[in-house]
Amino acid sequence: MKTFGGPALFLDRSDINTDEIIPAKYLTENSKSALKPYILEDLKLEGFDPAADVKNAGVVVTRSNFGCGSSREHAVWVFEVNDINVVIGESFARIFRQNMFNCGMLAIELKKEDIDTLFSLGKDVMISIDLEKETITAKGSREFTCGFSLNSFDRDLVMAGGWLAYADKKY
Amino acid sequence: MGKTITEKIFEAHQRDVPSDNNVVLDIDVVMCHEITTPIAINDLHERGMDRVFDPKKIKVVIDHVTPSKDSKTATQAKILRDWARRQHIKDFFDVGANGVCHALFPEKGFIRPGYTVIMGDSHTCTHGAFGAFAAGIGTTDLEVGILKGVCSFRLPETMKITITGELCKGVSAKDVILKVIKELTVNGATDKVMEFVGPVVDKMSMESRMTLCNMAIEAGATCGVCLPDRVTAEYLWPFIKDEYDSLEAAVADFRKWHSDTDAGYVVEKTFDVSALVPQVTYGFKPDEVKDVTEMAGTRIDQVYMGSCTNGRIEDLRAGAAILKGRTIAPTVRAILSPATPKVYNQAMEEGLIKIFMDAGFCVTNPTCGACLGMSNGVLAAGEVCASTTNRNFNGRMGKGGMVHLMSPVSAAAAAVKGEIVDPREFI
Repeated sequence: MKTFGGPALFLDRSDINTDEIIPAKYLTENSKSALKPYILEDLKLEGFDPAADVKNAGVVVTRSNFGCGSSREHAVWVFEVNDINVVIGESFARIFRQNMFNCGMLAIELKKEDIDTLFSLGKDVMISIDLEKETITAKGSREFTCGFSLNSFDRDLVMAGGWLAYADKKY
Repeated sequence: MGKTITEKIFEAHQRDVPSDNNVVLDIDVVMCHEITTPIAINDLHERGMDRVFDPKKIKVVIDHVTPSKDSKTATQAKILRDWARRQHIKDFFDVGANGVCHALFPEKGFIRPGYTVIMGDSHTCTHGAFGAFAAGIGTTDLEVGILKGVCSFRLPETMKITITGELCKGVSAKDVILKVIKELTVNGATDKVMEFVGPVVDKMSMESRMTLCNMAIEAGATCGVCLPDRVTAEYLWPFIKDEYDSLEAAVADFRKWHSDTDAGYVVEKTFDVSALVPQVTYGFKPDEVKDVTEMAGTRIDQVYMGSCTNGRIEDLRAGAAILKGRTIAPTVRAILSPATPKVYNQAMEEGLIKIFMDAGFCVTNPTCGACLGMSNGVLAAGEVCASTTNRNFNGRMGKGGMVHLMSPVSAAAAAVKGEIVDPREFI
């Protein structure tokens, strides 16, 4: 079973779309690893430098409706190949969220106040996730812990290592 | 309490209930194109799972970049082509026979009321126009769909969107859906189905209903849906005439897929479109919409008419009506991509292609082309496009480019003027 957590990358905007996460011109790649350098290349966000900012990140913290737009699972894989397997936000677009769980990754929804608190912890924040207790602990300028809840089916997918493994066994 | 059409479709297709909130559905049609499917094929192959649940229920097209533009896209096409052959998938559409998936597949009669449809393409919601549950999915969902014929969904909540009044001249389904998205915002319908009803929808052609449902995803919806009626039956008649004694019988049968009068909706909204004027987007989100009059005078460099939103014959007729006897502005380049070979042929027979070419349009083969900046028609940084497509995300049609979404009538008028203009001046 995967472990989830790491240094946080803060993307302080709502409605970050799949074209911003991975532009369509890279969808001609037939391997996940080839996507790695192009992560968030077209993200419209002041002061954001994808090459430098993504480097050590293990978790993305963002606002609402993350991953809206295209069905491209490349938008999930590009995080995966950059060693980011958790995105925490107020809400997600349906297809992006499903793609995350289908890949055995975590799309965690928190209420706005908790997201605000995470953003207030400063720049260098380390996030750890206890999947069993459903808690997130963030260590930055101070420590903050909050709970989250996963849909039980989403949790089963993560436990199984993704939808293909789950479905192959069950159907 | 009664049931919505979506609840009825879910009930009829339920394979499993893995949790209180989720169901696994049997899928009637799995659609594939060359951008999101080859990785699924390769992955299944590597896992020793190179098989399909039912070759008759899988429909395949090469449409996003076609003919292939380079070695990488040629490889994607080849993977799809070889797989379709290997798996005995008969409904495979390659160069010469191919067109934009969401226009081509309905035209081939692949969709029925009550069907469940998935595809690795977010605009799969288009097919809800036929009273189907049709949803865009990622590659892993596609793999499981191909292999097992199932897909998981959260239990649906439905929004009832009632469109009343009467559309003015020069105002079309595209303007209606842009207005609806403006009101709902880009995540106003997330995890919901948008059910479009009311007198305006009843009067709409299948083409217009497809335009409505096509952009449901731009409000975050899982699917857009229209209730199947006589218009649906007439469109499908060539494909269903052996199944029904008469058109009336088909219409009557389709009623089993109508939402009950006491069905439960999570939200009900009514839009009176009598005073609606043509709509245009101004920003990088599909809910950033203004009346065209507020955007008039905005300079444009390119016009693109086509895509799964507005590349059908009805759209070409609407554009040609503006362009007839006129030419595009010298500062503009204009591109028309008829969505399918049938649309292209029909447009030739009706003289529409000549009107577009005489006006100065470049006419391409049927393809998704410029819409997502993967193929032809890419914008340079700082360039602006008046487009009949469905997305205006930053960089969508090319890095640094700007896209204004609008109807075919508005796009044609913009081509003539060289700037965004109220198309009603040209009618």
